[in-house]
Amino acid sequence: MFSRAYKTAVTLPPLVWVTVFLLMPYLLMFCYSFWSVSASQTIEHSWNLANYGQLLRVGVYWQTLLRSMWIAARVTIFSLALGYPLAYFLSFYAGQKKDLLYQLVIIPLWVSYLVRAYAWKTILGSDGVLNTLLQYVHLTKHPLEFLLYSPFAVVLTLTHIYTPFAFLPIYAALEHIPRNLVEASHDLGASPGQTFWKVVFPLSVPGVVAGATFAFVLSLGDFLAPLLLGGPSGIMISNIVVSLFGAAYNWPLGAAISFCMLLLVVGLLFFSERLEKKWSFS
Amino acid sequence: MSTPEIATVRGSSAVIPARTLLSIRNVAKRFGKNVVLRDISLDVAEGEFLTILGESGSGKTTLLRIIAGFETASAGEVWMGEERLDRQPPYRRRVNTVFQHYALFPHLTVEQNVAYGLRVAKRPEAEIASRVSEALERVKMSAHAKSKPSKISGGQQQRIALARALVNRPRLLLLDEPLSALDANLRRQMQVELKSLQREVGISFIFVTHDQEEAMVMSDRIALLRSGELEQVATPREIYGRPATAYAAQFIGHTNLLKGEVRSGMVRCGSLSWSAALADGRALFSLRPENIRLATANTALAGSVRVRGKVRHQAFHGATELIRVECGDGLVLVVRTPGSGGTLDDVELEFSPADAVLVRESAERI
Repeated sequence: MFSRAYKTAVTLPPLVWVTVFLLMPYLLMFCYSFWSVSASQTIEHSWNLANYGQLLRVGVYWQTLLRSMWIAARVTIFSLALGYPLAYFLSFYAGQKKDLLYQLVIIPLWVSYLVRAYAWKTILGSDGVLNTLLQYVHLTKHPLEFLLYSPFAVVLTLTHIYTPFAFLPIYAALEHIPRNLVEASHDLGASPGQTFWKVVFPLSVPGVVAGATFAFVLSLGDFLAPLLLGGPSGIMISNIVVSLFGAAYNWPLGAAISFCMLLLVVGLLFFSERLEKKWSFS
Repeated sequence: MSTPEIATVRGSSAVIPARTLLSIRNVAKRFGKNVVLRDISLDVAEGEFLTILGESGSGKTTLLRIIAGFETASAGEVWMGEERLDRQPPYRRRVNTVFQHYALFPHLTVEQNVAYGLRVAKRPEAEIASRVSEALERVKMSAHAKSKPSKISGGQQQRIALARALVNRPRLLLLDEPLSALDANLRRQMQVELKSLQREVGISFIFVTHDQEEAMVMSDRIALLRSGELEQVATPREIYGRPATAYAAQFIGHTNLLKGEVRSGMVRCGSLSWSAALADGRALFSLRPENIRLATANTALAGSVRVRGKVRHQAFHGATELIRVECGDGLVLVVRTPGSGGTLDDVELEFSPADAVLVRESAERI
């Protein structure tokens, strides 16, 4: 139908783009992860596994990675806990207000990430909105210090930021459930509760898996929230990568950590894809 | 309407009065300003096969959904025996539905679909197993027990939907155009199967369709619905032979509608006239094409009405032939004859005045 020249003309630009700006940088980073930095702060192009060895040996790297995963896991759980009921309500009970409420969920995504992170800073700080309020109603005498510059602040902020990402695929999955299945369930004597657990929830699992993957992967790689609100105890793995590529000037080690994270995320995506397939029935 | 009478059981003409199972009383339904049903009253007898027949938009599906509990009536009541049904949520009603597109649960196997109602009712597993296999047996689907619904054909899904509803032993089964998605052959086969299944299990069926032929073949009674009002409720024979309204006469089968004028016991309609014991004024008659014959010298019947005309169109249907005859004064009659006559031109027609059924004019509605 289309000529060979036409096909080439259409496929070539994206192919070049992906190669030059995605595959090549990855390849370069992969190479870097086997190199090292000399005492005189130059990159030595000698191939070895020293960087990967250091990752395993030095506690701070894998401990921070584990902490990052734990933070991401909590963000995922809270995002699902908020996003699922919201999506369920919107899809099944919002009626005429559905579109309006949907927009309200989406609008925060247009607001700059930085603005939202800073907003939490003003809420959680020592002189912040929350502490002032707590002292004003005499629930506390002194400002609560653990609110800001802690893993708690990071989890809270990331949950706020990534809940819409968990919400969207769940909402899409719920919207795809034919309503006559719900009616059929009621017709066969199942109460609303039984109908939810036996029909609605199983059919929304692919959305839940996709939403969980979004929330986990996005928050695992996040570095702004821990930078602004995490404090020393809320540092995440991306902060280490950023400092290795920056002030510490150890690109090879940074590349090695990045590559480990890339593998982790790709493995996760592969796994969630399998799970989604297993639970979809169209 | 009082207790309905049904003529039943293998063509025997015995009329058995049966107990009323479901009673719909003055039910109305509005969606905003849009009136979908107005003042519907209808009784369904135990073991009866009742068809709600109507065009799309007539409100037939809405009426079914009110009985099932998916819609709330704006006015009126629905009773099942001594129990007021319309105040109960759908999951407490002993009514099951076969949905138009079957609505099988895609994540469950055929077997799990059929077991669904019994599982949520927390029946013992042994009982569930035996009742499910019995139900699958009944619809000849035992071989597909472990399949997912997406792996079986439309006709098979249909049977599973039926088994899933019947396994709960409802007192009343609602069927919402269940055959509309099937091709013509399978459809005719399923009509017969469905009817004999209904006889076998003895459960009342309320069957919704827009297909008048389907309604005629399967039903004990037909409730003809038009723009949210019941036009006529009667047995197929009665509704065909004695249509109450012009709409009923035209919707079910072909007919000739004759606009006549009654004056002192004589009906005049164009060049036709016959005597009838009716009050003076305008009157509308339905005359079925097959009740008009081609007259010959030796077929003349005492008291028959005769008229001459010119054949304008002939359509050969195999066993019968439909011909359009222009009889003068703007009167055109459609006549069904045994298809043997060859090409016709000038003909003389005759019919018995008893076959011209007086019908009510159907009010114009939108």
